[in-house]
This record gives sequence, C-alpha cells and structure tokens, in this order.
Amino acid sequence: MDQAYGIFLYIVSLLTMGGIYAILALGLNIQFGFTGLFNAGIAGFFAVGAYVSAILTTAPSARHLGGYELPVVVGLVAAMMVSGAIGWVVGRVCIRLRADYLAIATIGIAEILRLILKNETWATNGARGVSMVPKPFEYLPEPWNQLGLMMLVLSIVAVLYFLLERARTAPWGRVMSAIRENEPAARAAGKNVEQFRIQAFVTGCAVMGLAGGLTAHYLKFIDPNAAEPVTATFLVFVMLIIGGSGNNKGAILGAILMWTVWSATELVTSRLPDDWAIRSAYMRVFLIGLVLQIVLQRFPGGILPERRLRAVKGGKSDR
Amino acid sequence: MMDFINFHLMPGIILGSIYALGAIGISMTFGILRFANFAHGETMTLGAYFAFTLVQLTGWHPLAVLPFAMILTAAVALGIDRVFYKPFRASPAIILVIASFGMMLMIRSVIQFSWGVQLKSLVPGIQRPYILFDALRISPKHMLIVGSALMLMLAVHLLLSRTKIGKAMRAMADSPELARLTGIDTEMVIRATWVVGASLAAAAGVFLAIDTHVETMMGFKLLLPVFAAAILGGIGRPYGAMAGGLIIGIAEELSSYAWLGDGPLLAPGYKAGVAFTIMVAMLIWRPSGLFRGKVF
Repeated sequence: MDQAYGIFLYIVSLLTMGGIYAILALGLNIQFGFTGLFNAGIAGFFAVGAYVSAILTTAPSARHLGGYELPVVVGLVAAMMVSGAIGWVVGRVCIRLRADYLAIATIGIAEILRLILKNETWATNGARGVSMVPKPFEYLPEPWNQLGLMMLVLSIVAVLYFLLERARTAPWGRVMSAIRENEPAARAAGKNVEQFRIQAFVTGCAVMGLAGGLTAHYLKFIDPNAAEPVTATFLVFVMLIIGGSGNNKGAILGAILMWTVWSATELVTSRLPDDWAIRSAYMRVFLIGLVLQIVLQRFPGGILPERRLRAVKGGKSDR
Repeated sequence: MMDFINFHLMPGIILGSIYALGAIGISMTFGILRFANFAHGETMTLGAYFAFTLVQLTGWHPLAVLPFAMILTAAVALGIDRVFYKPFRASPAIILVIASFGMMLMIRSVIQFSWGVQLKSLVPGIQRPYILFDALRISPKHMLIVGSALMLMLAVHLLLSRTKIGKAMRAMADSPELARLTGIDTEMVIRATWVVGASLAAAAGVFLAIDTHVETMMGFKLLLPVFAAAILGGIGRPYGAMAGGLIIGIAEELSSYAWLGDGPLLAPGYKAGVAFTIMVAMLIWRPSGLFRGKVF
C-alpha cells in the first residue's frame, strides 16, 4: 500500500514537472515551430519568470527584494509580462537578421540574466536564491495539495493548447508558416514580417516566463542554477523536435515523454555507485544529444509531424 | 599608469589573442558553411584536454605537444562534420545550428565522462613574472602565449594569401555559388575550413589552459566573446576576427579599470557582459562588422 502511494506521488510529480516542460515546449513551438526563430536562451526567460513571481509573492525577507505578498496569479502574470518585455527588446535587435544571430544573442542574454541574478545580491540573494516561495494549495492535506497543483499546471497546459491551436489555424498562424517557409513571398503578399516575428517571439518568451513562475511556486525555491541552463534549454528543444516541431500536440507529447525518460534514467543512475552515478549523468546528456541527431537526420518530422493546413477556398478568412 | 598596463592592458592583449584564434574558426565556418557553430567552444576545450593528456604521457612542455593536440582536434572536427553536419548541406541553416547545439553538449559530456570535472593544470607551479624597466611585469608564459598566437595568425595569413586552398576558402566565403561555378571543389574547401578552424580552436584552448587551467566549461565561457569577436570583425573575414578578438579581450579587461573614481568602472562579475554589449551594438548599427563581412 505504501509503495503504491509512493508510486502515485511520483506520477503526480512527474506530471507536474512534465506539464511545466510542456508549457516550455509550447512556448518554443510558437517561436521555433511556427515561425522558425531559434531561442537558445530559454533558461534565461524561464529564470526571469521564476524570480519575478517569487519576489512578488513571498513574505518580507532581509535577504532579498520582496515582501509584497501578492497573490500567486499576480506573480504569474507579472512573470509573463517581464519575460515578454525582455523578449521584445532582444527581438527588436535581432529579428531582421537570420536565425543564427538570434540564437547567439539569446544565449548571450541568458548568460547576462544569470550574471545579474547571481551578482545583484540585494535583490535576489545571489547564489543562495529565493526560498519560502508560496505554493498554491499548500494548506490542503498531503495528497490533495500535490494533486491540486498538478491539476493547475495541466489545466494551464490545456488552455494554452486551445489558444495556440486557435492561433495556428487562424490567419495569424498561416502568416507565421508563410514567413517560415518562404519569407520573400510573405513579404510580397504585403505582410509585415518583422512585426509578425516579434509577436511570435514575445508570446513565446511570455509563455516561458509563465513556466518559470510555476516552477518557483512548485519547488518553493529558486536559485540562479536551479537547472543547468544550457542543458535545460537543450532538453526543451529535444522535447519539441522529438514530439514534432510545429505541432502543438507533438510539443506536449514530446515534453511528457522526454521528461519521463529523463527523470526515470535519473532514478537508475543515482542508484549506481557514486563514481559511476556522476559519470553516467554525463552519458545521459550525450545519449539525449545522440537521439536528437538521429531524429534530425532520419525522422525530421518527429513523432507527430506538423499537419499542413488546407488552403482556404474563396479567401473568406483572408483578412 | 603602470598598474593600468600591468593589470588591465597586458591581460587584455593576452585574452584578446586567445579570443582572436577562436574567432577565426567561428567566422570562417559561419562564412563558408553558413551556420553559427555552437560547438566551437567545446572544440577549444577538447584541444586543451588533448594537450593535458599528451603532457601527462610525454612530460613535454605544453607548447611542444600543441601541434599534436591541434592535429587530434582537427581529426575529431572532420569526423563530426562527416557524420553530423554533412547530411544537412542542402538543408536550411537552422537545422545545422540545432545539430551544432546538440554537438556542443555531446562533446562536453564526453569530456566530462572521460576526464572528470576537476580543475587540472597544464603547467605545474607558479611562474614569477619578469620585471622590465623596474615597472613592467611580464610573465614568461604570457610572452609564450602572445608570441605563439602571433605566429599562428601569421601562418593563417600566409595560408589564405599564398596557397590555392586558402584563396579558394576566401572565394567561398565571399560567394559559394560563384566559387562552385569556377570549379572549386567545395567539399575540399569545407574540410580545409574545419581543419583550420579546429586546430586554431585547439590552440586557443591550450593557451587559455596555460594561462589559467583546464576545466570542462572553459570553452563555453569563451563562446560568447568569440562570437562577439567574429561579428565585430565581420562574418567570413579572418583578419576581422583577429582584430575583433583583440578588441573584445582588451575591452573586457579595461572595463574593470577605475576610469571614474576609485572603484572599477564595471564590477568584474559583469566582464562577460562587455562582449555581449559590443555584439548587440554591432548588430544594431553595423551587422556587417568592421571589415564588411557577410550579413545573413
């Protein structure tokens, strides 16, 4: 019975964290899947969201900025706004150049953000991080608080999925794939390519900020190295590409699947003798990388390849 | 004044020559293969670890094993290109960027797996700097680094200006279509680019290791300044990359000099931000860089 309960709690935590990764993958899908924008700084936007929401909602502390004790919802909305604003600034600089430059600039901004979070001790408590972040439903008894948070995360995934599917099939989404597939043609059709790209980039960054905020509340704690930044960014890319880039269902499937594999292999490797546990953790990153290379070369569409929208007859939706 | 030269300008020149070597490779692969190679930092780390193992095996000076480390690193880069990048020659560049992003983590994890993550030093012991004219402090290892970096840059210059393959490389960086039309063997040029880029990266890694130590994240820390140097100099412009590397290195070290008042102008923790700021400024006002490079 105890064991079954433990497995149950494990599955709940798996789905909570998997759901948060699904939000990240959906955010990346707007940028990379729909529009072909390469964001190598996912971890940076994630961290900003986490810190903003954590600082706005925690009780006063002498160690960091804060004490506003605002509701979690306000924290999450602010997290989206600040991450989106940073995304807007980055987008303004790089969006007219090719995706490579955006990739370089975003990996740079993620590093700068990490430096700020680490060095501005007065605001963030430096490397020791912000703790005692309020967790939604924490007043409920044991399994229900975990279940409540899981349901919250999963319903955010569902709402996001619904909204993004609408966006994808709407004229907005068609312009996005037109830009990705043939930029000169989209330009010739009179679309403001830069404007559309910035919209996609900012929306994606805001969604990543939301995922960051949720993580801070889920773990009740956030520090500059909560996740090894580049590995976390890479993991989201692997999730999206394996699931099916451009397909919202694929993004969610890829996230849950890869998160399950990732945390299950961690269970295995952490039971090995110390020396081997550390070494096999590195091999895990190597194997994930290898899987990505194989998928890129052999199955570029992923598990659920992007479904092409059918042409609209009569131009009714061509607004 | 001497403090300025000893503790800011000289370290800037040393760091700058290391950046310059790394930037040449990244600028050439960007110009010729048309993608930003994120694995370039890890190539530098790999070179440093090859040198570390060779020093352990032979007991020679790091500079003596440098050529072998460069050959090994170039061989690995050729192998990676054959298996992981060649299938994407006709694909959009974004796929190559992802492949190289994955490669960055794969190379790093292999290094962490095989050598462990503890700091290692390439040259044991502490060297005392020479004091020239009673004030100028120069340590012998720094003279070696700057001297060898200059020799390598001269070699790159001779390769690009005097040899057939070097001219083909410059032609292809200018216009791959025209290069192909004139009968240049593009696959040959691509292989030559990897050999030049990876061996210079290995050298940059070894010099950084001589200056500081060998560690698994050393290359990743170089990646951003090296990208900044390549963009500052102009993509596909090797001389621009050299100039860009020196400028970025010097700017980073000068940023912590007490220009105004007593404290450093910029807290040393933000040194990495200098390269990024210069890069963003270039992307806004002059994406073609100082030497009129490619803009994609």
